[in-house]
Amino acid sequence: MPKELTVEEDKLRELNTEYLEKYGFHDPEDFYSIKSEKGLSEEVVRWISAIKEEPEWMTDIRVKAYHEFLKKPMPTWGADLSGIDFDQIRYFVRASEKQSTDWNDVPEDIKNTFDKLGIPEAERKFLSGVGAQYESEVVYHKIREDLEQKGVLFLDMDSGLREYPELVKEYFGTVIPYTDNKFAALNTAVWSGGSFIYVPPGVHIEMPLQAYFRINTENMGQFERTLIIVDEGAFVHYVEGCTAPVYSTASLHSAVVEIIVKEGGRGRYTTIQNWSNNIYNLVTKRAVAYKDATMEWVDANLGSKVTMKYPAVYLMEPGAHGEVLSIAFAGDGQHQDAGGKIVHVARDTTSKIVSKSISKGEGRASYRGLLKVYPEASGVRSNVVCDALLLDSASRSDTYPYIEIEEDDVTVGHEASVSKVGEEQLFYLMSRGLSESEANAMIVNGFIEPLAKELPIEFSVELRRLIEIQLEGSVG
Amino acid sequence: MGATLEIRNLHVSIDETPILRGVDLTINQGETHALMGPNGSGKSTLAYAMLGHPAYSVDEGEVLFDGVDVLELEPDERSRLGLFLAFQYPVSVPGVTVANFLRSAINSRRKQENAEDPGISIPEFRRLMKERMDFLDIDHSFAGRYLNAGFSGGEKKRNEILQLAVLQPRFAILDETDSGLDIDALRIVADGVNKLKGPELGVLVITHYKRMLDYLNPEYVHLMMDGRIVESGGAALAEEIEDYGYQPFFEKHGLEVTEE
Repeated sequence: MPKELTVEEDKLRELNTEYLEKYGFHDPEDFYSIKSEKGLSEEVVRWISAIKEEPEWMTDIRVKAYHEFLKKPMPTWGADLSGIDFDQIRYFVRASEKQSTDWNDVPEDIKNTFDKLGIPEAERKFLSGVGAQYESEVVYHKIREDLEQKGVLFLDMDSGLREYPELVKEYFGTVIPYTDNKFAALNTAVWSGGSFIYVPPGVHIEMPLQAYFRINTENMGQFERTLIIVDEGAFVHYVEGCTAPVYSTASLHSAVVEIIVKEGGRGRYTTIQNWSNNIYNLVTKRAVAYKDATMEWVDANLGSKVTMKYPAVYLMEPGAHGEVLSIAFAGDGQHQDAGGKIVHVARDTTSKIVSKSISKGEGRASYRGLLKVYPEASGVRSNVVCDALLLDSASRSDTYPYIEIEEDDVTVGHEASVSKVGEEQLFYLMSRGLSESEANAMIVNGFIEPLAKELPIEFSVELRRLIEIQLEGSVG
Repeated sequence: MGATLEIRNLHVSIDETPILRGVDLTINQGETHALMGPNGSGKSTLAYAMLGHPAYSVDEGEVLFDGVDVLELEPDERSRLGLFLAFQYPVSVPGVTVANFLRSAINSRRKQENAEDPGISIPEFRRLMKERMDFLDIDHSFAGRYLNAGFSGGEKKRNEILQLAVLQPRFAILDETDSGLDIDALRIVADGVNKLKGPELGVLVITHYKRMLDYLNPEYVHLMMDGRIVESGGAALAEEIEDYGYQPFFEKHGLEVTEE
C-alpha cells in the first residue's frame, strides 16, 4: 500500500511527473542487461569485480573492504540510519555493456533522456566534457579534443582503471582508505562508475567539467567512486548535479570522492543534490592540498531522507588553503546532517567554512564541523561561520562544532547564528503584494545568496527554483 | 470618480490592550490628509492595522476600500488592491536586492490581474526602475543593493518612497516618514512625495512635526488622542499644535497627559 504523500512529496512527484512527460525518464526495466541479486556477500563483491575484468589488486581491495564493512558498526553519532536494510539493496546494475565515446553510439532510450536534459547543447555551450552516469555505470563519455590535447584525462572510473591502472593504483584509497568509515568500506567493496580526472601540471580547465547523476531503479544503491588528481599549478572545477525520480521504498546513495591537489594547484568541486525524499545520502568527500594549493568544496543539499556529508580538506603543506561552503535545506521529514571538516596539518595554512542551513516544517538541519590544528602548525588562520534559518516553530537546527587545536599560534574565528523568519520581515514583504510563500522564498533565497552566487549560474537558478517549489503553498 | 478609503468606528488592540477606540476617517483618492498626535495616541497602530499586521487585532469597525472591507483580506491582498504603507522602521532583508524585490511585487500584481501573466520582462522592468529613480533623483546603484541592509536612515525612507513610486498604489500611508531625518534628507523625501501626489493618489501622512506638512500642504489635518480622532481641520490646526503643543488639547478633551 502506498503511504500517504506529504505535500512535499506530492510536489516532488509533480515535478517528476513533469520530468517523466518531458524527458521520458523511467525506461523499460529489461534494458538493464546485467544486475546483481539483492543483498551483499563476498561472492557478489567478487562477481562485480569479475564482470568488470578488474586487476587482481582491485578485487583484493574490494574483498578486504567488504569484510571491513561487516566489522564496522553502524555509526550512531549522527542521523538515524535504522531504516537502511542492506539486504534489500541491489549492489550492481549495468545500464549498457559498452562504453560510448561517440554520441551516436549511445543507446536510444538513454539518449532520449539525455537529449531532453540538454546535455548536447550544454556541452556545446559550456562543458568541457560530459560524464553521464546512467544507473551504476557511465554510458556516455566524451572528452573534448582540446582537453585531450592538453593531456587531461576525464573518464568514468571503470574506464580509468582499465586504461590507466598504474595511475589509479597509485592514488585510489590514499585519501579515503576503506578503513575510514562503514560507508567508505561499502563503497570500496561495490563501487561502480564515478569520474576519474587527471589534470597535468600547469593546465587550467576554464570550463567546468560536469557529470549528471541519477538513480532509476527501485531499491538500487549507487556507489560511485570519483578520483581527481590536480597536478602542480593546474586548475579544475568539477560540477555534479543530481535529479532523481520518486520511489516508494528506501534507497541508498553512498559515494566516495577523493581529490589530490598538488603544489600550487586549485581544485573546486560543486554539488547540487536533490535526491527524492526516501534516499539515504551518505557520502564521504575528502581532499588533500599540498604546498600553496587551494581546494574548495561547494555543496548544496536539498533532497534525500537523510544526508550525512562533511566535505573535508587536509592542508598538508605550508601555504595550502581550504574552503567548504555548504547549503542545506531540510523539509518535512528530512534530516540534513551536513557541514565540513578542515585539518591543518602544516603551518601557515588557511581555511574557511561557511554553512547556511534552512529547516522547514518538521525538517531538521544539523551543522557538524571539525576544525583541527596539528601541533606545531603555527600561523594557521581559520574562520568558521554557520547560520541557520528556521521557517516554522516545529523546525529544528543543531550545531555540532568540534574544534581541536593543539598549537598556540593560531587565529581562529567562529560565528554561529540561528534566526527565525520574522513576523516583521514577512509583513514587510507581504505589504508590497507578495504572498506568504513568496515572501518566505524570498527571505530564504536572500539568506543563501552569499553561497548561491558561488554556484555556476544554471545551478544557482535551479537551486532558487527548487527552494520556491519546496515553499509553494506549504506555509500557513 | 476616484476611490474612497473609509475607516468606520475602528477599534484595535494589541495583546488585549485597546489602542484604537473608534476611529472614523474618510480619504478620497487625490486628497492629502495629515494625522498628528502625541506618542502613544495610536497613529502607527492605525497604519499597521490598515495593512493587516498580524499582531494587531481588530475588535470592531470597518475599513472600506471602494466598498470592499479590507479587514477580511491578507496584507498582500490589501497591497494588490492598492494600499501602501511607507514604514517608519523598514525591515532589512539581506541577500534580496531592491530590484528583485520590486520586480516580484509588480509580478504579484500582474498575476492577480491574470494568472497566466508571465511577469514583467527584464528590459521593461529596467526601464521602469530607471525612469522612477530618475524621477526621484535616486542613484541607480540603489536597485542593486540588498533591501534596507546597511542603509542609512535617510536611504531607508527614500527606498520607501521609491517603492511607492514603482508600485503606484491608490492610497499611501506614510508612517512618520520624517522621523530621524535631518533637514536635507527630509526635503528630499518630501520632494519625492510631492512629485507622486496627484489625482490618482490619496495620502495619509502621519507625523509629529509641522515641518513635513509645510512641504506637503495637506488639505486636511487630523489630531489623534487616546485612540480617537478628536479634532479635524486645515493647516490652522497644524499651526496651533506647533505653537502650543498637545497640552491644551489634552485639557480641552478632558484627557490625561500621556507624554511630552
